[in-house]
Amino acid sequence: MSADVKAGHAIGVAMKRKEDPRFVQGKGHYVDDFSFPGMLFMALVRSPYPHATIKSIDISAAMKVPGVKAVITGKDLEAAGLGWLPTFHGLDKQMVLAIGKVLFQYQEVAAVFAESREAAADGAEQVQVDYDPLPVVADPFASKTDTVLLRPDREQKTNHIYHWEVGDRDRTDQTLAKSAKRVKQRIWFQRCHPAPLEPCGCVAFFDTMGRLQFYVTSQAPHVYRTALSLVTGIPEDRIHVISPDIGGGFGNKVPVYPGYVCAVVGALKLGHPVKWIETRTENLTSTGFARDYHMDVELGATADGKLTAVKVATTADHGAFDCAADPTKYPAGMFGICTGSYDVPVAHAEVDAYFTNKAPGGIAYRCSFRVTEASYAIERTMDVLADELGIDAVELRRKNFVKKEQFPYASALGFTYDSGDYEKTLQKALDTIGYQALLKEQQEKRARGELMGIGFSTFTEVVGAGPSKHFDILGIKMFDSAEIRIHPTGAGIVRAGTKSQGQGHETTWAQIVAEELGLDPQQIMVEEGDTDTAPYGLGTYASRSTPVAGAAIAMAARRIREKARKIAAHLLEVGEADVEWVDYRFQVKGVPAKTVTMKEVAFAAYTNMAQNEPGLEATFYYDPPNMTFPNGTYVAVVDVDRETGEVKVRRFLAVDDCGTIINPMIVEGQVHGGLTEGFAIAFMQEIQYDADGNNLNTNFTDYLVPTAQEAPHWETAQTVTPSPHHPIGAKGVGESPNVGSPAAFVNAVVDALSPLGVRHLEMPVTREKVWRAIREAEAGKGKAART
Amino acid sequence: MIPAAFDYIRAHSPDEAFSHLQQHGGDARVLAGGQSLIPAMRFRLARPAVLVDINGLADLGRLELGRTALAIGAIARDSAIERAPWIGETRWSLLHDVSRVVADPVVRQMGTVVGSLCHNDPSGDWTAVALAARAAVVVRGRQGTRTVPIDDFLVDSFTTAVGEGEMALAVHFPVPGDRTAGSYQKVERKVGDFATAAAAVQVTLDGKGAIKEAGIALSAAGPCAVRVTEAEQALVGQKPTADVIRAAADAASKRSEPQADLRGSVEYKKNLAGVLVARGLRQALARLGVQA
Ligand SMILES: Cc1cc2nc3c(=O)[nH]c(=O)nc-3n(C[C@H](O)[C@H](O)[C@H](O)COP(=O)(O)OP(=O)(O)OC[C@H]3O[C@@H](n4cnc5c(N)ncnc54)[C@H](O)[C@@H]3O)c2cc1C
Repeated sequence: MSADVKAGHAIGVAMKRKEDPRFVQGKGHYVDDFSFPGMLFMALVRSPYPHATIKSIDISAAMKVPGVKAVITGKDLEAAGLGWLPTFHGLDKQMVLAIGKVLFQYQEVAAVFAESREAAADGAEQVQVDYDPLPVVADPFASKTDTVLLRPDREQKTNHIYHWEVGDRDRTDQTLAKSAKRVKQRIWFQRCHPAPLEPCGCVAFFDTMGRLQFYVTSQAPHVYRTALSLVTGIPEDRIHVISPDIGGGFGNKVPVYPGYVCAVVGALKLGHPVKWIETRTENLTSTGFARDYHMDVELGATADGKLTAVKVATTADHGAFDCAADPTKYPAGMFGICTGSYDVPVAHAEVDAYFTNKAPGGIAYRCSFRVTEASYAIERTMDVLADELGIDAVELRRKNFVKKEQFPYASALGFTYDSGDYEKTLQKALDTIGYQALLKEQQEKRARGELMGIGFSTFTEVVGAGPSKHFDILGIKMFDSAEIRIHPTGAGIVRAGTKSQGQGHETTWAQIVAEELGLDPQQIMVEEGDTDTAPYGLGTYASRSTPVAGAAIAMAARRIREKARKIAAHLLEVGEADVEWVDYRFQVKGVPAKTVTMKEVAFAAYTNMAQNEPGLEATFYYDPPNMTFPNGTYVAVVDVDRETGEVKVRRFLAVDDCGTIINPMIVEGQVHGGLTEGFAIAFMQEIQYDADGNNLNTNFTDYLVPTAQEAPHWETAQTVTPSPHHPIGAKGVGESPNVGSPAAFVNAVVDALSPLGVRHLEMPVTREKVWRAIREAEAGKGKAART
Repeated sequence: MIPAAFDYIRAHSPDEAFSHLQQHGGDARVLAGGQSLIPAMRFRLARPAVLVDINGLADLGRLELGRTALAIGAIARDSAIERAPWIGETRWSLLHDVSRVVADPVVRQMGTVVGSLCHNDPSGDWTAVALAARAAVVVRGRQGTRTVPIDDFLVDSFTTAVGEGEMALAVHFPVPGDRTAGSYQKVERKVGDFATAAAAVQVTLDGKGAIKEAGIALSAAGPCAVRVTEAEQALVGQKPTADVIRAAADAASKRSEPQADLRGSVEYKKNLAGVLVARGLRQALARLGVQA
């Protein structure tokens, strides 16, 4: 599977991951591995109530616990002007520690600083908070009525946060009214949580220069530096953010959390380093959740199944604060991708978001902002339409695909899809899985009363945010950056504004540099996550690393090549115009025998550079001209146990088109990981609240994370349609499997149950839901037979 | 997830462990595999003042297969059962099955059978298996050791016949008769999850192919694992037919008194109890070469 790469020819090679020896030997260095002399530990006191007035907080017993040094509350922070934290897309602010009241169960109420983790935990237990419970709004539809105003701190006296829409409402409605066929499906994409194995945490201290050293599990360390400076008033040059090895992020480590502000305040106030590491429960109950979109999806079609219009109206539950980490102009992210892979003449999408007494969030769990919701909405409803029309779900998709020759394709909701060959990708999937044979098998099984289902998802994503004219976070445009230095021996270092959390940047970035410069990728070191050394970038999430930073790396390498060409001309004793780059080396035009390698040029850049400026390095800030649009066809084959409702995913095939593939092994690994998360979302993951606002999934006993034991066997394949605007044609792949797979799983289960008249099931598709659907269908049939 | 403060004593002999337990009474807890106790302490749901660690007592780690009973010592791990040389024999198929589905492979490296029984989780796996196999627990008390039949041992959720200051030394599983097979059927949300519903089944056939003995028990069907006496009665003396199996399954479904929780509703779990008993019986019989 894996291979070694020598100089050049690095792209497309399944090189082993350079980071893995460290990780598989347990030698990664995570934030909790950093300790400093005199370090204190912080523990947070959290609210047991989802909504309550805080009458008083008594810290006296906590202060008596041996080892406890200090306790701070919301009042203390407010007095210091640090009571509230702006959220990333700027539409809201969040309490750091509760001020006056709590708005969700497990909200941060006080911070305890102590000499040991144990003393901090004991101290937190002793903080006495007197609460007066308030009526709870645990449902966004109840929130709409504004019977209970949750956020009197805001100017707008309503629970409604924002209305966002795109497309042509009137024409969409008119078209739907005239359409021969029309289906409408209410779909809830449940609240789920990324649950990275390493929870969030930080170590903060002020060094002898008075500079804040901030070690943190951040997917966007540079943005953290700016945000911390803006919130605390500490000049940005006096903040050093270090994001060391990260044990999974999945969007959960994009926002700045209250605990971080408390740790910095504690370090400042007490003059000691402060470490704060979340517990699993804290991670699941208070940090960024994902999804929680209630979507009314409507499709119009001609009698023979040509789509005429798509309409989606969404009610979004954002919890107590709007902490969605979306770009400023996109409060509902890239939800406009909900027309999917289909050529839809007219469409309209809208989202109305509400506060509830639940944890804040709305982050993108392994997807570009809200793309998973959008993909699920269209891919699920396409099956409902196929059922209504009585045609094969594959045929319906094929009939409506954006055709290869239509690219670049302007979608009804405003995106310009860069490239794709949906037909080819679908065909490859059908051939690989053996669709005809599966259909035959299904027919035979159905005749015997067995439940077998085949589910498809032919999705398109929009990733790689993004062009500066549209995208910013806190006003900072969503470019990314790279700085490359080539050393005298032809080794080098590349630094980028991104931050790997398992994606394999240490390998992939080296491969890009090696390919562009004809060097050995084993000798290209990659460094990210240190704001003192890396150029400014917006970080790693939304599948943006390869589309944006990957492009910056290629472009910086090309700058180096231009400089190197001058030195090569000197070495080859010809004019620069007579030097060409052929087969990973410089050559005198038309004279294949007269060449010089980049390694030789690198040495000359420091030893024999003639009139040229010494050294061989370059920086590039890349502002992408467009987003990229990875796509794929996924197929799930399931068997359903009638008596228990158990679903066995017998086969799953993912055919991805992510453009140019840099490292096929890493791509396959990303697909495996994302499919496993998609499988979890489809079948087991939900953050549930009861009607009183109590969180029911507070640890891994009840928030289920699949292991290799229950994950199905994954089959993968690829088609390659490069992005025309990306320097190396790559599109990003880390999130496709999570975006594309939930619909394939659910469509397969619904297909299995379709002989019983089942048309939709909500995720997570638990055994009991399946069992009930079967039982109700059979009871209904019994009734129908009797009447 | 930081436990409250506690004292820790590592025992060097069963006598020493016992005397510490006697000394500290209700404040002390035995630490076996720690797979239930330590998580409970980390959530501060359990706050023992003293832990008496018995993991150093190698003698209690043995599996002894005698003529009439298999004795599983107090620190014998689930994984030791999973890998026992006799585990592939048909008569041990109930133990075979459970040793592969209790918890997950990592937890099984530490978790113990006796610890599971002492913990007596309503959804535990070993408790139902011990009922179906008619096991008995050896308990050391002030009056010396006594052997407590499993039906008397399991008192209530998280409560057993082990009194304050006492400890369990071993569990004895009777060596099953010749034509015996069992099956453990468990529906779980994922590997390492406690049962949504589970059924432990063990049957012994006589020379004529009728059921001579039957053990049927359910987990996640009440405050602690339950023996379904009605199902056992429906089976004993009968030839194994589809009707007889259905009668046993119906009795199980009826006897099941589960709690609704995130794993499922009462209705669903009661349905599963019947389905799993029927499947368990069919599989056990199939292992004896009988299709029913
Ligand atoms: C992730 C995970 C998944 C799990 N899944 C399952 C599952 O699916 N099914 C299942 O049945 N169990 C499951 N368990 C529990 C696991 O099987 C435990 O190992 C078992 O319940 C207790 O055994 P132990 O040796 O770890 O006991 P410990 O945790 O050491 O002790 C448990 C209790 O029993 C007492 N005790 C232990 N030994 C003695 C003794 N000799 N005398 C008196 N008292 C004693 C202790 O004081 C304590 O109160 C799971 C545990 C984990 C962590």
